[in-house]
Amino acid sequence: MEKVLTKNVRPDLSYVDLKAYEASGGYQGLRKALTMAPAEIIDEVKKSNLRGRGGGGFPTGVKWSLVPMGGDALQPKYLAANADEMEPGTFKDRLLMEGDPHQLVEGMAVAAYAIEASVAYVFLRGEYQLSEERLRRAIAEAYEQHYLGKNVLGSNFSVEMFVHMSGGRYMCGEETGLLNALEGKRANPRTKPPYPAVSGLFGKPTIVQNVETLCNVPYIVTNGADWFRSLSLTQDGGTKIYGASGKVKRPGLWELPMGTTIREILEEHAGGMRDGVKFRGLLPGGASTDFLVEEHLDVKMDFTEVQKVGSRLGTGTMIVLDDQTCPVGMVLNLEHFFAQESCGWCTPCWSGLSWAEKALDAIENGQGQSADLDHLSFICKICAPGNTFCALAPGAVEPLQSALKYFRDDFDRHIGEKRCPWKA
Amino acid sequence: MLSSEEREEIEREFAHYPTKEAVCIDAMKIVQRRRGWISDESLQDIAGLLGMSVDEVDGVASFYNLIFRKPVGRHVIMICDSVSCWIMGYEKLRTQLTSRLGIKMGETTPDGRFTLLPIVCLGACDHAPVMMIDNETHRDLDPEKIDAVLEKYT
Repeated sequence: MEKVLTKNVRPDLSYVDLKAYEASGGYQGLRKALTMAPAEIIDEVKKSNLRGRGGGGFPTGVKWSLVPMGGDALQPKYLAANADEMEPGTFKDRLLMEGDPHQLVEGMAVAAYAIEASVAYVFLRGEYQLSEERLRRAIAEAYEQHYLGKNVLGSNFSVEMFVHMSGGRYMCGEETGLLNALEGKRANPRTKPPYPAVSGLFGKPTIVQNVETLCNVPYIVTNGADWFRSLSLTQDGGTKIYGASGKVKRPGLWELPMGTTIREILEEHAGGMRDGVKFRGLLPGGASTDFLVEEHLDVKMDFTEVQKVGSRLGTGTMIVLDDQTCPVGMVLNLEHFFAQESCGWCTPCWSGLSWAEKALDAIENGQGQSADLDHLSFICKICAPGNTFCALAPGAVEPLQSALKYFRDDFDRHIGEKRCPWKA
Repeated sequence: MLSSEEREEIEREFAHYPTKEAVCIDAMKIVQRRRGWISDESLQDIAGLLGMSVDEVDGVASFYNLIFRKPVGRHVIMICDSVSCWIMGYEKLRTQLTSRLGIKMGETTPDGRFTLLPIVCLGACDHAPVMMIDNETHRDLDPEKIDAVLEKYT
């Protein structure tokens, strides 16, 4: 199949410089974009069915069309690449930034042109040192060739691009938390509406978009929406960077048509389970997605199909649970993460998730009672969407509620035997 | 007092944002890169430079995982304790590290060589378990490899 986003990525992950990027057709998307009206680009992106690759799956073109345009719009408008890859089990944006950084720079330049933004930030994880080095180098090269800066390629469009290294907190990946972090504040979420597209960074119209999403944009401009949709096996357009971690034979990342089945990813690309362990379940797209099990292996990995079976595509990088690993221990690890990373802004999240962690810790260590399971189910309800400011808590209880559903016997065994059956 | 170098580097960041306050996190990282951590004195200096109150800056400092408000050793070990690394043997790795270093998580060795901290998913899950020491990511670790990795840091 045709590789789009990873076609330049070298096996040794060495730096792809401007020349190499241009030789593979790089910056043609930006050249073409500059000949189009911003509204035409937004329309093409809408038609392409490109959906947000950071986990939310919101249609990208629809989001852009909410930005006030023309002379009456507040200036400056901003674009922020969400490169704060911090969802446990997710490592795909790192590959794109280390393996082909110019692709992100071009994607951001085109997106900025489409929404008439004049300032663009890469909001980058503080730990991604190699990504930082390479993005700074790529941005400097792009400035030199007038792909960035004043009057891009001699046009009337100007855009400045800066890298912001995060102070480190899961909340920074949340759209409005990211805006607060960029303003030098704690990354608490903001109430919506107003949506960032209307009133975002420093009160100005702002689009926050995941790295992988932005990388797709130049190709949609160059090759058109129909081509982009033809890459996919389903309604959602494009390819997807899928990944697998856990006890599979070949953990890794693969760019495949959107809608590839879980079974194909797991068995063909990840090589199946390691010798001596059996498959029990997986989180399809990072820590904040519901478990899927054996009966779901033929589900197509896209936003619509995964949702139909009660989970989410999320980031598309799956975390595999095997029979030698305790499901209760795994969920305890996940809820420890979410409780720790909760920003403390709203009660269901900071209180609920801490109690979830405590109850799971008790069960895992042989101190649990059956009433704890009712308590955990209650926490799943109070953390449901609509009860919290942002998506952290609703995401946090997704693996918990589905573990209670699919691995209930294992919870009961912990409580009945007063120990973890997986510990010697 | 901030060195003139630190001050200049922070002031260069002003051009990237419309407010001085927005530079807060960058400023702390600039100072921390040179001094290892953010002392009360550094906090006051940064607050003064950015026109913020000390409490505001401390509120930001204490929110972020990568801003240290206590002194750290010459090298900071951040071991990933998130789910993929947990599945692939994080606990054994942690046990090996704490016993080799003779410290608990969050502590610094008496000779000031290492500080050991937990960190969330480092985005290298296909090479779990992983840890970072200073700016370097170490992949595909197991307890037997720990000594050889630590030796590189003096």
